Amino acid sequence: MTTTAKKRDYSLVGESTRLAIETGLASAEWYHTDVPRKTMKELMQRSDGPAIRDTIIWIVAILGSAAGIIWFWGTWWVVPFLFVYGVLYGSSSDSRWHECGHGTAFRTRWMSDVVYHIASFMLMRNPVQWRWSHARHHTDTIIVGRDAEIAVMRPPDLIKAALAFTGILDFRYSLPTLVRQAFGKLSDDEKSYIPEMEYGKAVVAARWHMVVYAATIAVAIALGSWIPLVLIGLPRLYGTWHMVMTGLLQHIGLADNVTDHRLNTRTVYMNPISRFIYWNMNYHVEHHMFPMVPYHALPKLHELIKHDLPEPNPSIWHAYREVWPVLLRQLKYEDYYLKRELPPTAKPYRGEFHEVDMTAAAAE
Amino acid sequence: MADWVEACAVDDVDEEDVIRFDHGGRTFAIYRSPDDEFFATDGFCTHEQAHLADGLVMDDIIECPKHNGRFNYKTGQAKGAPVCVNLKTYPVKVEAGKVMIDIG
Repeated sequence: MTTTAKKRDYSLVGESTRLAIETGLASAEWYHTDVPRKTMKELMQRSDGPAIRDTIIWIVAILGSAAGIIWFWGTWWVVPFLFVYGVLYGSSSDSRWHECGHGTAFRTRWMSDVVYHIASFMLMRNPVQWRWSHARHHTDTIIVGRDAEIAVMRPPDLIKAALAFTGILDFRYSLPTLVRQAFGKLSDDEKSYIPEMEYGKAVVAARWHMVVYAATIAVAIALGSWIPLVLIGLPRLYGTWHMVMTGLLQHIGLADNVTDHRLNTRTVYMNPISRFIYWNMNYHVEHHMFPMVPYHALPKLHELIKHDLPEPNPSIWHAYREVWPVLLRQLKYEDYYLKRELPPTAKPYRGEFHEVDMTAAAAE
Repeated sequence: MADWVEACAVDDVDEEDVIRFDHGGRTFAIYRSPDDEFFATDGFCTHEQAHLADGLVMDDIIECPKHNGRFNYKTGQAKGAPVCVNLKTYPVKVEAGKVMIDIG
């Protein structure tokens, strides 16, 4: 007799959703490393300083590289400016969207909101929809049927994953999604995590994005130039590779359907430039465990709790080398995953099971 | 009808901080504002089951530790996504160094 492994159903309103709810995986209690309240309070403290500094650098670099593109347009000298502008627009906007969506980057709320909306536009993400999808991602991280932000599903589609670096697939998905939403249509999946009272806001936000894109196209036609489109919209294609390179590593190849971020999330040590672009989200286990801690305090949090976490990957390259054979194996056996080893100093997964006193049971 | 219960001692809560108080199968959050006033709300976030006492108090705002949803803990008002439902608040008084809340 042969048995067939059940395929994962990644729909948010399907069989896996029902199972996740029935088995208690949905909205479950997750493991947190013990950190004294006083220390955690210090780590959670908000400050405008670091984010204002980083945002000024970010905006100056964006405007400077945009000026370079306009100045050197038509020559080969434009290439390095496109490279820098593309990554700032198409990749670093992701971490700004992320941190400002959490509301942790700045102490002053309106500053977070302004950067959040600008970054959402750069990413072609509906700011209302994605705020809710990300809340779900934190509630049900890599729980199949619940998490709306699982980047690589099992079995992995490697061609799709490779194309993600070009931004083509995301562009093809994001733009039609915004158009659909601008016409007032939300999908069943979107409705599963956006509260009804927010539907109208999501539609209005999509319409604003459409207005800006229409204006950009109009300016490009009026000027008879590609430059407006190269500066607004197209960086989502040519500058997205860094976001994908760092973002894919967050959870790829690791366990799904577990309630411990140490097992389904990855921390990777990265170079300072990538960390600036990524706003320290390479400390991703730490971020998921304590989303209240601002990006600039994550290295300190990491030092504090690393005894309880798996060994971080020492580099981006190392992480991809580690995950590649796992992905290949998942092509045949989708239940296969990379098991994160916890150090001897760490509390075990589902520690409550390890604390059960079995002597009484053994005596019976 | 008023039902005053002793929640904690004044010194149990740091300034601009919050602690958890469980009573009769219910959970509450007790706040001490930067102006040294005390307030009380339901202990769980209205968005999802998360203890607000693990969150961050900033001025008159409590931020939920799970999704960073924000409430004004003085009025219970939800301050925007991902929280949409206001938080229930409770009358508070301080007597002889004890923080009392009316859970009636």
